Amino acid sequence: MTITPELVEQHQLTPAEYQKIVSLLGREPSYTELGVFSVMWSEHCSYKSSRIHLKKLPTQGKYVVQGPGENAGIIGIGGGWVIAFKIESHNHPSYIEPFQGAATGVGGILRDIFTMGARPIAVMDSLRFGPLDIARNRRILAGVVSGIAHYGNCFGVPTVGGECIFEDCYSANPLVNVFALGVCRENEIFYARASGIGNPVIYVGAKTGRDGIHGASMASAEFTEESKQKRPNVQVGDPFLEKLLLEACIEAMKTGAIVAIQDMGAAGLTSSSCEMGSRGGVGIDIDLDLVPQRESGMTAYEMLLSESQERMLIVAEKGRENEVFDVFRKWGLDAVTIGVVTPDGNLRIRHHGEVVAEIPNPALADEAPKYNRPHGVRPHRKAPMHFMGDAAPDRIPASKDLNADLLRLLAAPDICSKRWIWEQYDYTVRTNTIVGPGSDAAVVRVKETGTSIAMSLDGNGRYCYLDPREGAKLAVAECCRNLATTGAVPVAATNNLNFGNPERPEIMAQLVEAIEGIAEACAFFETPITGGNVSLYNETLGEGIYPTPVLGIIGLMKTAIPAPVRFKAPGAHILLLGGLGENHALRFGSSEYAKVILGQLWGLPPQLDMAYEKRVHDCIREILAAGLAESAHDLSDGGLAVALSECCTTEIGARIDITPAERIDFALFGEAPSRIVLTSLDPDRVREIALLFEVACPVIGVTMKGRLQIGNETTMWIDSATTDLKQSFENSLPQLLQTT
Amino acid sequence: MKVGVIVFPGSNCDHDAWYAINENLHGRAEFIWHQSSNLSDVDAVLLPGGFSYGDYLRCGAIARFSPVMSAVKKFAADGGLVLGVCNGFQILVEAGLLPGALLRNQDLKFICRELRLRTETTHSPFTSKLEKGQVLRLPIAHGEGRYFADDRTLDELEAEDRVTFRYLDNPNGSTRAIAGILNRGRNVMGMMPHPERACDPLMGSTSGLGIFESMLSAVPALTK
Repeated sequence: MTITPELVEQHQLTPAEYQKIVSLLGREPSYTELGVFSVMWSEHCSYKSSRIHLKKLPTQGKYVVQGPGENAGIIGIGGGWVIAFKIESHNHPSYIEPFQGAATGVGGILRDIFTMGARPIAVMDSLRFGPLDIARNRRILAGVVSGIAHYGNCFGVPTVGGECIFEDCYSANPLVNVFALGVCRENEIFYARASGIGNPVIYVGAKTGRDGIHGASMASAEFTEESKQKRPNVQVGDPFLEKLLLEACIEAMKTGAIVAIQDMGAAGLTSSSCEMGSRGGVGIDIDLDLVPQRESGMTAYEMLLSESQERMLIVAEKGRENEVFDVFRKWGLDAVTIGVVTPDGNLRIRHHGEVVAEIPNPALADEAPKYNRPHGVRPHRKAPMHFMGDAAPDRIPASKDLNADLLRLLAAPDICSKRWIWEQYDYTVRTNTIVGPGSDAAVVRVKETGTSIAMSLDGNGRYCYLDPREGAKLAVAECCRNLATTGAVPVAATNNLNFGNPERPEIMAQLVEAIEGIAEACAFFETPITGGNVSLYNETLGEGIYPTPVLGIIGLMKTAIPAPVRFKAPGAHILLLGGLGENHALRFGSSEYAKVILGQLWGLPPQLDMAYEKRVHDCIREILAAGLAESAHDLSDGGLAVALSECCTTEIGARIDITPAERIDFALFGEAPSRIVLTSLDPDRVREIALLFEVACPVIGVTMKGRLQIGNETTMWIDSATTDLKQSFENSLPQLLQTT
Repeated sequence: MKVGVIVFPGSNCDHDAWYAINENLHGRAEFIWHQSSNLSDVDAVLLPGGFSYGDYLRCGAIARFSPVMSAVKKFAADGGLVLGVCNGFQILVEAGLLPGALLRNQDLKFICRELRLRTETTHSPFTSKLEKGQVLRLPIAHGEGRYFADDRTLDELEAEDRVTFRYLDNPNGSTRAIAGILNRGRNVMGMMPHPERACDPLMGSTSGLGIFESMLSAVPALTK
């Protein structure tokens, strides 16, 4: 087949990229080779728009064993053990087919973890959908949640936390970002670096079919004609097979016969073989006739680009293949030698006795285009700086009923209880979950070390839309604050960058600003980025999503039940670590209150002082370590009033006495960062500690039975029965989803 | 001299059961592969939770045919203690060792939740260390846990004091809120809630200990 400019274009390669291919090969590529280049040089696999900026992220730190570039990042947790963790997106597939899209998203990230030798012990999800008054969005939410549940529950990994946010911009671009974490011995980490000339290349797991072809790039007319079949680009997941693959891989790794291993994710067989070869500086020869196939008559092109799930590629020690085969046979899985490691550095593919592709590995993996796309403009934003585009703060109408506002906020989709979602996930399997969903951070114990891992997932598209750099820093700060509130020390991070079309300078500017914000904050909080994912082109009809970097940060802590979010008993003193903060008109426009009650978005995200934020974290850890806190909860969406409501139980409320210098609605619902509400029986000692860290820590009230009251001698702004608060908070999501 | 924890392909609570028995109860547990046709020298058998063989058909419908199940049936017939938890309960029902069936939850969704159970009888080797009426807090995690049987079977179970646990807040629509039952010989018990997930204060409840302690005291050899 001759390669025409149209064919090149259909493969989403530019003329310049095609010329680069010709010069790297020294000849015209074959059709199969064109397909291989198109997926390996796709944005998804090559990070061509983001790579030069991702270099700005801090990746080194005292806990880091493996930074970006492998299947997952790895950090040491002491005692000879490490954890592998990463986040990955499955946004586009989840929109087209919510159930399978989300399910295979879970499957993909789990393989990234266990391909490194780590048994997955926790999953978290960051989800974003369009508003629930649209039936389609309700269907997407329900499909995504049951897809995650289907895969994670069957596989046997607990889904311990996450977040779920709703905005108009996610209506046609839902975001499904899945984080996974696993444990392994430091001296039993496996890497995806092929080595040992003559070593066999072994294919294990599910058979290859025509599903998911060009999932990493696209489907084209020629391609459909060629294959005579139209196949959906979304793959179908089989969690049972994945569970068998996990057990077989872990067992096979123990034989010592495995040299390197990599899962077949995006771009399947192609990316796994060329990346393993490229990392090891060797070549790989593959004979496609030996690949286990689910259907007959597949072309080389189809087999190389198939994204059939639950498959792995292994390089084993020559002569010890049978040790590997025996394990996979025990688990009832295919394991076949399909190739060999060669010295020449080429990826060579044979099919029906002919060489159908021969490409130098570095050309695919390392020579991929890198673009410094134009971004010298202001990041895209349409929101005004002032309320209704106007000036002075007093134009913001005063609330008629703050109590009613609070109940509405508690029932708002972003804030309300996500119990409907997380009760569909098995969050207690593996008996490690000390703190599960619905808290500031999840905590799982590591039985092997006797210590625990805290983890938090956070993004804030609205903040980032108003100011990508500050918004990204706030996301890092909030994750770290969540961890600190459970007593953990943040040690490392992973990020998922969800953005629109990078070819538009104002979108590229969002990406660059956000990356630089993450870089600055992660360096400051000493949480190096050890890996992650970039998802671009989240756009429909020219309107992109809010820039949405999602941070997953993990912390280390001793194994113990941390102070809970909720109040324990009446009569405890309530303190606001970090103080009332500054909440004024310009910053109020990014709040949940502005979104839900005023229906507007304006101004800037809350102002973050990172040094102060860090002192708050150090301070709360000290207070918790001294055993002085009965409960602790950080302030975020909805500000002080919402945080206090979340601390209430059905029985126990609080009487809060404050006299803010600013407008009362700003004080109650402003989202100034660096704040934690805690209860203590010994407020003087808490305040002594806060003084040492130079952090404000006023006593703002006491816990009491049955009601939440916020006021002072002259006025009572909030006075609600705790049962009403709980009802708004707990009943909202099921009601929103039942609307037909 | 030990509890054999059966490992089917797709079992995923096998490690948790092993850990609870060995580490929390200082008993002895070991894994038994689904293809074994004998149970060697175990003193009790535990069928753990999970998705045996993927459970793409009716839960437990494939597992009942696995080689190890013939051995489990024989072991049960000889009076050996057999505990099936969650998927293990489903398998015992499919294998005919316990009556009734486990259907999709009433609201058709998977439910993971800690809830309260009432102990209905102490007259069994699984509940002898509990008090009648004692309320346990145990987690459930299942999509098909709605116990169903015809009225005659239910009447019989009740008349013969073979209902071990009932839900206080029936989460899945189980008939007569049944969460756990015994066979006629009282040596086989199936239950949907997970006692092995509630054996450590860190997990928020230690209600599961009483069930395992009952088993260990029924077969003293189980203790290390």
